[in-house]
Amino acid sequence: MAGSIPASASAEPVRRPHVGPWKEAWRRFRKHRLAVVSAAVLLLLILGVLLGPLFWTLPIDEIDFAATLQGPTLAHPLGTDDLGQDLLARVLYGGRISLAVGFTAMLVAVGLGILVGSTAGMAGGRTDAGLMWLTDLFLSLPQLPLLLLIIYLFRASLTEVVGTELGVFILVVSVIGAFNWMPVARLVRAQFLSLREKEFVEAARALGASRRRLVLRHILPNALGPVIVAATIDIAAAIIAESTLSFLGLGFPPDIPTWGRLLFDAKDNLDFAPHWALAPGIAIFLTVVSINFVGDGLRDALDPRRVL
Amino acid sequence: MLQYLTRRLLIAIPSLLGISVILFTILALAPGDPFEELATNPAIPPDVRAHLRASLGMDDPVHLRYFAWLTSMLHGEWGFSFVSRIPVDQLILQRLPTTIAVIGTSQIVALCIALPVGVFAATRPYSLFDQIANTLAFIGFSLPTFFTGLLMILLFSIHLGWLPFVFRTSIDATGWRWWWEMARQSIMPIMVLGLFQGAAWTRYVRSAVLDVIRLDHVTTARAKGISEGSVTLKHVVRNAMIPVVTLVALQMPAVFGGAIVTEQIFRVPGVGSLLITAILANDTPVIMGVTFVFACLVVFFNLVADILYGWLDPRISFR
Repeated sequence: MAGSIPASASAEPVRRPHVGPWKEAWRRFRKHRLAVVSAAVLLLLILGVLLGPLFWTLPIDEIDFAATLQGPTLAHPLGTDDLGQDLLARVLYGGRISLAVGFTAMLVAVGLGILVGSTAGMAGGRTDAGLMWLTDLFLSLPQLPLLLLIIYLFRASLTEVVGTELGVFILVVSVIGAFNWMPVARLVRAQFLSLREKEFVEAARALGASRRRLVLRHILPNALGPVIVAATIDIAAAIIAESTLSFLGLGFPPDIPTWGRLLFDAKDNLDFAPHWALAPGIAIFLTVVSINFVGDGLRDALDPRRVL
Repeated sequence: MLQYLTRRLLIAIPSLLGISVILFTILALAPGDPFEELATNPAIPPDVRAHLRASLGMDDPVHLRYFAWLTSMLHGEWGFSFVSRIPVDQLILQRLPTTIAVIGTSQIVALCIALPVGVFAATRPYSLFDQIANTLAFIGFSLPTFFTGLLMILLFSIHLGWLPFVFRTSIDATGWRWWWEMARQSIMPIMVLGLFQGAAWTRYVRSAVLDVIRLDHVTTARAKGISEGSVTLKHVVRNAMIPVVTLVALQMPAVFGGAIVTEQIFRVPGVGSLLITAILANDTPVIMGVTFVFACLVVFFNLVADILYGWLDPRISFR
């Protein structure tokens, strides 16, 4: 192009080292200081929850009536509950469940969202209109009441088939996923609508690429940036949803101490054992806030139009 | 405008029908049989049970059962609570005003926080105020309502002893005294909901205002010599509100979710706590009724958002 010819011979074009898209994203991500700190906090939380129980070996259900409702001591760094059970062990165990629910529900939601969004974006016409009507319908459903209703109706029969813990896990994850896919579907559809008209897709089509290859190889990878951001935020939403269910006493059964369940048990003893509520509450807050900040950092990092 | 309104109303009907289909499907798929108790009762022979089922239409095909259910719901026959034997619609109507009052006030609180803070932050992007407001907003909507509720109880009721943490319906006082007591006991549930929503909306308002403030019509308004305050209010904020209204309408289901949690924490006798007690007591007709009412409220607020749209952007209502 004429415009790119340097005006004089002395103005050598600056040769920058080749940077891959992921390296570039990392360079941009690092500029968001709070996001970097949050990523470190999140990593620490995940490692603590995964490896913590290897080092802190007190059982989660050892009842000790000599040490009920104690504040933090050396033997119990986060104190004990009304049955003298160690809260640190329970918070670590609960974190495993909460994070597992968060990640799995996110995968369900993003999978459904990509499926619906890409189908609508590629098919167009009546399929598109129908799927978008469904998306809008799901967006206007009252989620928490329906979540409670479904869990109330189906919990008993599912736990009979696969056992209490796994049954509730499957139910909670699929229901939370089934109510969170809509933003992803809209995002993916919008991306597909603009990307499928781009020159590089046209070129691939002209070279005889199949529809499948067009979607999987050319369009989807380019639509992934906003989806990754939405997925990050979805993890936080799923963790809050699971904790809300447990907090209302309708999530996991009492012998499985998720963070929400710990808060539910603690709320009636708030006046003489505030430490009991603070530990799981702060754990939920730290997880959610750091995931949200990481999502914000990723938004800056993965948007190529944004100048940083 | 009237034509636009009727069109919107007509669009709301299929979504209500869709919601009712989803609700009915969930119930129809649910395991369990209302005649389970009769099956274990030796005094009732199986053919009587079968006859009872047939007379109540339990063996009809699904679509017939759906229409029977829908017509009786539309007629206002919502059944009786299994626990208290009171008609469900009466039970809900009793509780609805409290919920609407708490949600409504908290949304006003949220608006009073989000609008000024968001606009002020967006007119001074990346200033100290903007950064602080942004960080606080992030923290605000990352704190789940059930935890802020407990923290507020811990601070204001237990530590400082200023506010009661159990909501009482019958206050034995009249006049100003009644209003004072009511305000004292409602302030925490309202603030918990209002701060959470306010934090989320602040970010929406800020980014919407930032998008509008760069547009040419704003520069033109400034060039004509209109004062900065007037430019912001009349030329920027009104246009920035259009995307904000969409996002707020999308948030409505989350608002009702938050209301259920706060009502449960502070024992506010609203629809949300009715739902929780009904679920814990296996009171199916009440659960159904409340879920449907929540669905109707969400659709209603979407309609309100559409009306606001038409007012904010007259082009939409002419389309």
